Amino acid sequence: MTQKAALPGEVEVSAHGPERSFALRTIWTLLQRELRDSLRNKWFLLYTLSFAGLALALAYLSNIGTGLAGMAGFGKTAASLVNLTLLVVPLMALTMGAVSLSSERERGMLAYLLAQPVSRYEVYFAKFLGQGLAFSGAIALGFGLSAAALAQHGLGDSALFLRLAGLSVLLALSLLAIGMSIAVFARRSASAMGMAVFAWLAVTLLGDLGLLGATTFLDLEVKDMLTLSLLNPTQVFKLGAIQGFDATLDLLGPAGLYAVRTFGDRLAWLLGGALVAWTLIPLLIGAFFFARRPL
Amino acid sequence: MISLSHVTKRFGRFVALNDVSLEVERGEIIALWGPNGAGKSTLVRCLLGLLPFQGSAHIGGIDVARRGKAARRLVGYVPQEPALFDDLRVDEAGLFFGRLRGAGREEVRRMLDEVQLMPHAKKRVRELSGGLKQRLCLGLARLTDPPVILLDEPTASLDAATRADVLADVEHLRERGKTVLLISHRPEEVRQLADRIVTLEAGKVVEIERTGRHAPERPLLHVVRDSQLEPRSREVRP
Repeated sequence: MTQKAALPGEVEVSAHGPERSFALRTIWTLLQRELRDSLRNKWFLLYTLSFAGLALALAYLSNIGTGLAGMAGFGKTAASLVNLTLLVVPLMALTMGAVSLSSERERGMLAYLLAQPVSRYEVYFAKFLGQGLAFSGAIALGFGLSAAALAQHGLGDSALFLRLAGLSVLLALSLLAIGMSIAVFARRSASAMGMAVFAWLAVTLLGDLGLLGATTFLDLEVKDMLTLSLLNPTQVFKLGAIQGFDATLDLLGPAGLYAVRTFGDRLAWLLGGALVAWTLIPLLIGAFFFARRPL
Repeated sequence: MISLSHVTKRFGRFVALNDVSLEVERGEIIALWGPNGAGKSTLVRCLLGLLPFQGSAHIGGIDVARRGKAARRLVGYVPQEPALFDDLRVDEAGLFFGRLRGAGREEVRRMLDEVQLMPHAKKRVRELSGGLKQRLCLGLARLTDPPVILLDEPTASLDAATRADVLADVEHLRERGKTVLLISHRPEEVRQLADRIVTLEAGKVVEIERTGRHAPERPLLHVVRDSQLEPRSREVRP
């Protein structure tokens, strides 16, 4: 006996291998819970408040120095925000992405959820979207508070701030996707956390060192240095953010100059596209294996 | 209603299920019986699509490996350890899982009323006792009235009074014509509830016994294994 099992409006694709079925209503329900779960998570709140507090403090300190530095105060704030973003956002996105999925699996919640009429792809993508929205909100709060504090003294460049905020959101999404992929392969929540922290060290600290070491010892050409930079989402973010202050990228030396000369106005799109690719590729890899791994 | 054909599940070299075949008729209550590690929970997890396996399994004619989501829409599941989202309030949990199953707010409210959880509706799930959580899981499993209910040791961690409530709930499922697959380690529960007892050992079906609740519709394969059960009727399937 075959029963009608799909709900109205649901697109269901059956195929060999894991089922690919998407129902917007299901994704919306899962996404809402994920968003609410993030907002109730004490680690997420801690990260968000730290980021917002530090961003506000940076703006406040710039305001104090405005009489001396004038517009330089805004530039310093923006540059400091880039550094703050490079430190906090990858840590927040990698660890939260890794722990959320693995801890639910460890506590049996994921198995119970997947015993409901949902597909694994729906669960995975909804989790990404829900957490991504929460991170976007946290970043908007930090940049918003900072912008508001600067605006009190007539400082600020809204276009640059929007660019930085947008790049920060893309950076968060790419690292969230990487964090979730880590969780798919980690057997335990603790090992997922450890791998996420190692990934954070790799992309933030070891990435810089690796680039420097490779340039020094391998005698890389300028275009290879740019290619290597594109292999690290935090480097891509840094390039995009610095281009906002310094359109010629001469701050970054020959690689920056090469990038501007080669790609011109398309560089911003290339960097944005690289961050989107850094989001989609780990997201799709993670979803592919999540749909196939036993629980 | 449930059909398993040559289902085999391996974890590395360990064979958790070994060529298991089983047909469960509509309205039948089947008890899965056997020692720890016999493969009972693995069988349920395969049916839910939580584990990949060799062979085929169908619920209501739907292949659980290829169309797991559609198959799970026909199934209500009660795990041994209720693992709901602890941070949700009881009514939020009802609405969340209800929406996933296509149930509306009114159906969820009625369900909470039926399982006598309305007084606890605003409590967080983590604040509920084990018995109340299990009752919530039973209520959630019945939302949208699925024809198949899978119960994985639903009374394992309950006190006597709550266990009696849960058993009464299972009896109620029988009256409503549900097909039930029940895992239990308690012989008295199995005898009280099951139409047939399927004994698993080391991943293999070693015995299928009809308890005498219903007259046998066809002869059953019988291998005498477990003296604890003292089945009421034993017949041989060709």
